[in-house]
Amino acid sequence: MTGVAVHLDGLRRTFGTVHALADLDLSISPGELIALLGPSGCGKTTALRILAGLEEATAGRVLVDGKDITRLPASKRDMGMVFQAYSLFPHLNAQQNVEFGLRLRKRSLKRAAEMLELVGLSGFENRYPNQLSGGQQQRVALARALAIEPQVLLLDEPLSALDAKVRVQLRDEIRRIQTEVGTTTLFVTHDQEEALAIADRVGVMKSGKLEQLAAPAEVYLRPATPFVADFVGISNRLPGVVEGDTVQVLGTKLPLVGTHADGAVTALIRPESIQVSPDPSSSAKVLTSSFLGSLSRVTVTVDDHLVVAQVPSGDLPELTQGTRVRLTISPLAVVVE
Amino acid sequence: MARVAFRWTVLTVMGVFFLLPLVAMVEFSTRDPETWPLLLNWPKLSADYPALAVGILASLAQAAVTTVLMLVLLVPTAIWVRLRLPKVRPLVEFLCLLPLTIPAIVLVVGLAPVYAWVNYFVGGSSITLVFAYTVLVLPFAYRAVDTGLSAIDVKTLAEAARSLGSGWFTVIVRVVLPNIRSAVLSAAFLTVALVLGEFTIASLLHRTNLQVAIEFLGKSSATVSVAVSLAALLLAFVLLIVLSIAGSWKGKKS
Repeated sequence: MTGVAVHLDGLRRTFGTVHALADLDLSISPGELIALLGPSGCGKTTALRILAGLEEATAGRVLVDGKDITRLPASKRDMGMVFQAYSLFPHLNAQQNVEFGLRLRKRSLKRAAEMLELVGLSGFENRYPNQLSGGQQQRVALARALAIEPQVLLLDEPLSALDAKVRVQLRDEIRRIQTEVGTTTLFVTHDQEEALAIADRVGVMKSGKLEQLAAPAEVYLRPATPFVADFVGISNRLPGVVEGDTVQVLGTKLPLVGTHADGAVTALIRPESIQVSPDPSSSAKVLTSSFLGSLSRVTVTVDDHLVVAQVPSGDLPELTQGTRVRLTISPLAVVVE
Repeated sequence: MARVAFRWTVLTVMGVFFLLPLVAMVEFSTRDPETWPLLLNWPKLSADYPALAVGILASLAQAAVTTVLMLVLLVPTAIWVRLRLPKVRPLVEFLCLLPLTIPAIVLVVGLAPVYAWVNYFVGGSSITLVFAYTVLVLPFAYRAVDTGLSAIDVKTLAEAARSLGSGWFTVIVRVVLPNIRSAVLSAAFLTVALVLGEFTIASLLHRTNLQVAIEFLGKSSATVSVAVSLAALLLAFVLLIVLSIAGSWKGKKS
């Protein structure tokens, strides 16, 4: 099965004076998985709900496979949806839940078993939702959404209620299944790691608008705006001076993303771009260091600024509090504001 | 120790307070050994006490029709308010609880002119009381249904069903109703218990039902009247016990 193209055309949604969506344009190619990423209240869920038909747009159009479905009710839209809250019907077992949409469409119920197998839940057919773990419930919900062979799959923060390990596991599985069935998918999340790991393209949203829509690596390495840089991973905000197409930060000249007038700026530098090594002659001092597994985080004070750096945990013993250190910045392009 | 003693004292006093009238009723109604067998012999009962028989039938019919009317009006409304009009929920709640705060006697004063029209259009049959009774049971039935709806995530379930292709009717009948079954059952039982015990409105609107008949009978045959009262009370108890069993059974299932 191949997916269909989806276009959100100038979508606007206002609640009183608040603009949840401000003329959002978004095109999803057939079979593509797009993750909408942003803080709560940025309009990502509103966009997904308008696409699902669960909310009405104040203005704009929704086109699926070239057809305008803006005024079509949710029940006629042919979209599979997985919700953040557990949404399985409590009075039906796993199998009956998956069969629900098939029965409404008078289709063969055989597909329910196939779908449960696809999500790795064969043998759980007779379990009721309250007998399933959170992860299993979301798998059944995914099977239920895919059983009806929807034109578009909508995932509304489906992993946020799950614990960290199940989350990563199910995330990878959603990607595998989505690639396998080839359904055009919109995935909404506030978790940047999740978005970067799963999507073909990531759309970072702020105040009802797309700040950047690009491949995960692009969004991460070349954030289009300070907001994107800040939201996609933690960034240090350090003073710098722009000279032509470079910016000088802590004595290092770095290439610039985009262009900026010469002069003093604030540069956004990622913790993993900063290397820390002991240097008794330096004025920078380690303030705190925290062990986080394979990588650790070190906070350094330099000229009244706090700099957060990510270092290999092996280096941690020599970076105790008060150690004088030298900071080196990798020559990656940086965003300034 | 003192707390245990206090607890038992309270329980005993309350127990005596509630049970004494019932024991007295049992004692009084069994003075004539013919009384209780008579209640089980419908043909004889209806021949000897035709007014009582009419009252019993009227009350049963009122209970049944009120229950149906309440369910048809209240359940879809409560679901709809939850799903589509959450802003008017406090208003609906207030309206539904209103009959609880208005004494029946005051309600009758308001209902009398309304029933003048009911008489004119539908006639004076005792079954017409169901309109007043539906209003009267609203506070209890609404609370029961609303509690059931609070226990499930109606909005998400409805949205899930709609995204799978259900229209609103299917959402209510196949998704919401099966999950609030015990709440709906509670509402129905409470309605039946309330209608079977209702006296003021029926009496003041000059219509008959079980309690009116019992009161009337009390003037001529006190033992039968007390026996019937007791039987009606027992029926209400049984209904409430079934209700709590149904509730705990549902609790176990989830």
